[in-house]
Amino acid sequence: MSILNALILVCVLYVVFLFAVAFAADRAALRGRGSWLRSPYVYTLSLSIYCTAWTFYGAVGFAARSGLEFVTIYLGPTLVMIGWWWTLRKMVRVGRSQRITSIADLISSRYGKSNLLAVFVTVLAVIGATPYIALQLQSVTLSFAAFAETDPEATTLPDMQSTALWVAMGLTVFTILFGTRNLDANERHHGVVMAIAVEAVVKLFALLAVGVFVVWGLSGGVAETLARIEASEISRFEVTGSRWVGLTMLSAMAFLCLPRMFQVMVVENEDEDHLRTAAWAFPTYLMLMSLFVVPIAAVGLDLMPSGANPDLFVLTLPLMDGRDGLAILSFLGGFSSATSMVIVAAIALSTMVSNHMVMPIWLHLSGGAAVVSGDVRHVALLARRLSIAGIVFLGYLYFRLSGSGTALAAIGLISFVGVAQFLPSLMGGLFWRGATRTGALAGLGLGFVVWLYCLFLPSFGPSVVLPQAVFDNGLWGIGWLRPRALFGAEGMDPVMHALMWSMLLNTGAFVLCSLLSFPQPIERLQGAQFVNVFEHSPTPGGWAGGMAQSEDLLIMSQRILGAREAQALFERAARRQGLVGYLPEPSPDFLQELERVLSGSVGAATAHAMIGQIVGGAAVSVEDLMAVADETAQIMEYSSQLEAKSQELARTARQLRQANEKLTQISVQKDGFLSQISHELRTPMTSIRAFSEILRDTGDLTPEEQSKYASIIHDEAVRLTRLLDDLLDLSVLENGQVVLNSQTGLLSDLLDRAERAAGVQGGDLRVERDRAAEAVALTTDLDRLAQVFINLIANARKYCDGRPPVLTIRTRQSGGYLVIDFTDNGSGIPPEKQAVIFEKFSRIGETKAGGAGLGLAICREIMTRLGGSVSYLPGQAGAAFRVSLPVANRMAAQ
Amino acid sequence: MSPERAPVFLARRSYRRRRLADAARLLPIAGAVLFCIPLLWRGADGAIGTNGVMFYIFGLWIALSVISGVISRHLRASESEAAPPVAEEA
Repeated sequence: MSILNALILVCVLYVVFLFAVAFAADRAALRGRGSWLRSPYVYTLSLSIYCTAWTFYGAVGFAARSGLEFVTIYLGPTLVMIGWWWTLRKMVRVGRSQRITSIADLISSRYGKSNLLAVFVTVLAVIGATPYIALQLQSVTLSFAAFAETDPEATTLPDMQSTALWVAMGLTVFTILFGTRNLDANERHHGVVMAIAVEAVVKLFALLAVGVFVVWGLSGGVAETLARIEASEISRFEVTGSRWVGLTMLSAMAFLCLPRMFQVMVVENEDEDHLRTAAWAFPTYLMLMSLFVVPIAAVGLDLMPSGANPDLFVLTLPLMDGRDGLAILSFLGGFSSATSMVIVAAIALSTMVSNHMVMPIWLHLSGGAAVVSGDVRHVALLARRLSIAGIVFLGYLYFRLSGSGTALAAIGLISFVGVAQFLPSLMGGLFWRGATRTGALAGLGLGFVVWLYCLFLPSFGPSVVLPQAVFDNGLWGIGWLRPRALFGAEGMDPVMHALMWSMLLNTGAFVLCSLLSFPQPIERLQGAQFVNVFEHSPTPGGWAGGMAQSEDLLIMSQRILGAREAQALFERAARRQGLVGYLPEPSPDFLQELERVLSGSVGAATAHAMIGQIVGGAAVSVEDLMAVADETAQIMEYSSQLEAKSQELARTARQLRQANEKLTQISVQKDGFLSQISHELRTPMTSIRAFSEILRDTGDLTPEEQSKYASIIHDEAVRLTRLLDDLLDLSVLENGQVVLNSQTGLLSDLLDRAERAAGVQGGDLRVERDRAAEAVALTTDLDRLAQVFINLIANARKYCDGRPPVLTIRTRQSGGYLVIDFTDNGSGIPPEKQAVIFEKFSRIGETKAGGAGLGLAICREIMTRLGGSVSYLPGQAGAAFRVSLPVANRMAAQ
Repeated sequence: MSPERAPVFLARRSYRRRRLADAARLLPIAGAVLFCIPLLWRGADGAIGTNGVMFYIFGLWIALSVISGVISRHLRASESEAAPPVAEEA
């Protein structure tokens, strides 16, 4: 079996092993076991994805070219890590309290959940990560090639491009299998983190093994190695200050901003306290990774033929010495570095792409019709898988385009400068409340453009993307815009040049635009939440147990859903998990289901916050609170609507009850009237019949008797006629068929006439009037009005029981009406009758005087026709009626 | 007078914590300055040897890791600035 085939076999076995580790870790996490998964050392080791293939191969190459300068790439992160109290602590706290899923999410959350900003950061991150992924592909490809060269059986060297393609495809499948098994980004990828931790151990062990072999095996001891370094071309420490300081800063910035570092450092962080361990353990890890780099470089330069690629010394030195086993271990170390980086970077970037780009577009296109949560889940998973493939493919494309000749370190630095553009917005957002979305957009945009123009596009080489003329004479022939000498900064190192200008312009634009713009309310709120995170968020403590308390969940659900339903739900879930009783394991599936059920009762945001409180102790974000407030407002509005409706109903019911009582009374009146009217009709009819029979049958009647009986018959006939007239009159008035006959006259005359007609003279009723006030001219149907007055005065004459009876008539003008009050000194009308006296057939005191109960009904109809009204005036000495006439009638008369 | 002893004890502890936090903040600055020291060194022929710088850098690296470990051991992130501000002056 050739060594190349053995290598492929080892790779496959290694991948299977990693998969098994990840799978076991995922299962253990799901069952709530495996507290070792949450060890601070696993966290520290997972941070080692900072050390990619660039470190593993490229550091030696870097050292072989520029000596100790390589160490700056690790000094930066070391300083950041030991300075965790400054920044990392805050980033992790913010990440946990705001449930941040990526660096794009962090920046967009800080600046008022601006999706535009998130998209921008995502695009920048993808472009920035592309060279880095290309670098991993290149290193794996180169290492394959290195093995192939030593293989005597291989007749032809494997094609570099196709190797890279195979590696890219393998990594894509691997990442999809690992990274998109569970969807929720908050749901930490225990499996991936564990696999990375294992890979971290493998690469450290491999590099140390090669180092030990080189120092004690090839050189023969520490002293000899030091002598070799002394003798090598890198014996002098000739680092320029700007590069030394600049690269240290750059690596520190990149360490904070790289999406994959953010993923392991913040998103996958289980416990803030893990930072305490990482604060010393990670610098130690970096130190150990760098320890043998210079010796390997020096010995490689000494032993290897000139022209050998120094990037591959880690691999070629053991191979040259015939140590195939060590070489394969070394290869595995490099393979681990490359794969872990690609996996985490692809997961982090795909989360960003799917959350901030694909999902918003999809939700927009589907018109927010995503009611079935399974739909969204499916689309999100598909989006992530496709983005993983896309991101790795972009890396492969860069690898093909840039040619595979560039040194690894150079590619890595291009990436670093790209992601460092996040730093002003990130740090500004965490420490300065005045930072605004506009500022962040301006800074990021400007920094990105400068990076693209000064570093990224030129990295493809002259005349690939940028024409040679631009390099020589600047854009549009403006000398100041030469990509390698912007604003006349000649002779600078290209990386330092791009770093300086991009960061200066980025920070400048960020600060300036922040100062000039005014943030939206949500930005200001989020700004306060982020900057003062230690005052706002509760002390999280360890995730002791980490798992939800099913019992707490049950108690909460019972309150919301009701005991029986909640218990049934929990029992069903427990049975599905193969458990007996009411308490299922709080698996993600179950929690999701519970959240869905609860959200039916209390709204989605509230449900999420409630479960979050019990399960994770996660702080509720402002966004959550606003959503909760929205839901509460909706519920309150709904209930206030209900309240208004029920008040309206009560009002209507009251009115209906009143109407019903009135109807009943009217019905009683009508019955009373019918018997009355039949009595009224019957009495005169009886007399008429009796006396006409007497006249017919009795022969010997005196003329006096005849005349008397005939006049009785006549009187009774008149009475009948009057009754029928009244009825007819009323029906005419009610049907609106009456013709009004307008005349002009004085009110006093009218009242005189009414008094006469009502038969006051000669009776015992005294009428008191104020004649001065009555000197008012009226233009209306005077006959009809007189009919009303007559009726009212006659009523007083008939019914007033005062001793002696007095009727007072008072006239005045009020609010555009002429008001005439008829008040007597009798006992008045009892309150329960007042509502019905104007109804037809309504009679008070049943029998005292033989009216038909039509008078007041007719009065009311007449007054309505005349445009006025007649009403009973309660609370007077006796019965009081008020007649109102619009003044317009009087004015017309004058 | 046991009620008065407790605050004294707390203040002392919180004072210690605050100074530790100060140390944690200063450590990276000190580290950054110290890592730049080799830039100032000049040998006989204008440059100095890689070996010497290497020993200095790695020695400093180990020292920083150890100091960081000691500080972090006593500085729980979760306690943060929970102590009342009065305690420092007490």
